[in-house]
Amino acid sequence: MPEYFHSVTLDKDACRGCITCVKRCPTEAIRVRDGKARIIGERCIDCGECIRVCPHHAKSAVTDSLSSIEQFKYKVVLPPPSLFGQYKRQEDLELIRAALKELGFDAVYEVAAAAELVSDATRRMLEQGGPKRPVISSACPAVLRLIRIRFPNLLENVLPLSAPMEVAARLAREKAVEETGLDPSEIGIVFITPCPAKATAIKNPMGTEKSEVDLAISVSEIYPALLAAMNKCAAEGTGPDSAQSGRTGLSWGNSGGEAAATFTVRYLAADGIENVINVLEEMEDDRLSDQDFVELNACPAGCVGGVLNIENPYVAATRMKRLRNYRPVACNSLSGDALPPEILWDAEVKPINALSLDTNPQHSLKMMREIEEIESRLYGLDCGSCGAPSCRALAEDIVLGYSTEDACIYLLKDKVEAVRASMLSLKIDSRDKSGDKNS
Amino acid sequence: MSGNTLHYHYVVPGDDFTKAGMASSAVKQVLKQLGLDPETVRKMSISLYEGEINMVIHAGGGEIDVDIDDEKIVAVLTDHGPGIENIELAMQEGWSTASEQVRGLGFGAGMGLPNMKKYSDYMNIESKPGSGTAVTVMVNIK
Repeated sequence: MPEYFHSVTLDKDACRGCITCVKRCPTEAIRVRDGKARIIGERCIDCGECIRVCPHHAKSAVTDSLSSIEQFKYKVVLPPPSLFGQYKRQEDLELIRAALKELGFDAVYEVAAAAELVSDATRRMLEQGGPKRPVISSACPAVLRLIRIRFPNLLENVLPLSAPMEVAARLAREKAVEETGLDPSEIGIVFITPCPAKATAIKNPMGTEKSEVDLAISVSEIYPALLAAMNKCAAEGTGPDSAQSGRTGLSWGNSGGEAAATFTVRYLAADGIENVINVLEEMEDDRLSDQDFVELNACPAGCVGGVLNIENPYVAATRMKRLRNYRPVACNSLSGDALPPEILWDAEVKPINALSLDTNPQHSLKMMREIEEIESRLYGLDCGSCGAPSCRALAEDIVLGYSTEDACIYLLKDKVEAVRASMLSLKIDSRDKSGDKNS
Repeated sequence: MSGNTLHYHYVVPGDDFTKAGMASSAVKQVLKQLGLDPETVRKMSISLYEGEINMVIHAGGGEIDVDIDDEKIVAVLTDHGPGIENIELAMQEGWSTASEQVRGLGFGAGMGLPNMKKYSDYMNIESKPGSGTAVTVMVNIK
């Protein structure tokens, strides 16, 4: 069960059973059944495309409320780099830092600070040979899950380092324990999430057994309260600069930031789930072997484009660029020669077999023949009325036993037409017979 | 050997780089869905992609026939292009007759046929200068 936990969820009352999300899902993980969208858990990568495109706002992400932080004695908040692009009127990072404390947090640990450590570790790994080239970033959990499901061949290229959120959580808890003397369980590590994928990565982590993050509050949930707190802090004046990260860490919020921080010139950065899939297809066929590093973000423009953010991704990206200019290049680096354990993966990231028909090639060949046969009888309009994203997907669902040919309204229409024709001919027959009697 | 074979037929349009690779991409999806070993999928996808690009660059397009059973994948790429003058030379890495224009697009590095050979378990070329080429590649299913 925990294997298929997803933070993306559906408001059944708001869902009208239209097929907008079904069509846009990059892993064909949604079907409309009984008039409502259903997510096929093993295929979902939590990219949030369905939340982004739903015209009725029926899709959302399960996250925690701001009041839920009260369960902890000492609360540390982890703001992601992209949060700093959400608000106007900031001159520096201090205002948001102060406002977060105003909301009840005892300490702030910037995820961008941990990102600088991950950048340092990445550079060292690349220098020392590292994984198979081109190395793929492991920071976007939606991309990582996509690779596990659709591109298992490329798992050996993935950077085996924890995402900045996880590194920040580990370091923040250590620091809090040191400073307060409290038991680790009394400390709440609260991440402010720009996307459902990161919320899922807390409950269902990859590269580690258990996440150190306790709660995930969405940017959209905290946005109004944080704005009010910022206004208050701005009026009262903030203290001296206490920000923990530099340009390197903050640039992780935008597509290309992580890649640029590797200091290699042979890198590629792609954002938006369709673009990411196209790049992975190219990589899978060995067509990007001249690159050292590939940064992939499921959201347009990078984490600033996360579906739980408020601000337009490009506006946020521009704002962050301006904020970065006042910061040093980096404020954090690794000490010592060995990579610290809190940065390395400590659990294997395995392929997820969710798309193949059967594990036995003989069975899957037989099923594929049936699929081709059914597909050839369908109209190829990909209208989606059956609840599947395409005629091909319906044919697959039929063979897998999840649907029937009657789900296709065109085939049904043909059937009705055939019944009507035979009923009409029955009527004519009976009239002829009665005519015979009369004569 | 069971009676379960799949057959696919693709028409590759000539001189249209925007559509080049569509057949190999479609085959890759089928092979993945069949649940074949990722390395097998990779070998066939790369061989087929190289062959498909060759057809577009050199032969004005052609046709691809793919047969899959539970032991192997066989692809036959047939074109009616100029044919290959010297097959031995064409098989050498880096040797290419592609135009400057095609090279400018990042193709024609002379790795097409050598890569097909490298990634397939069996390869055969039949070519008659002036009348066309038929390349057969086979990848065994593990």
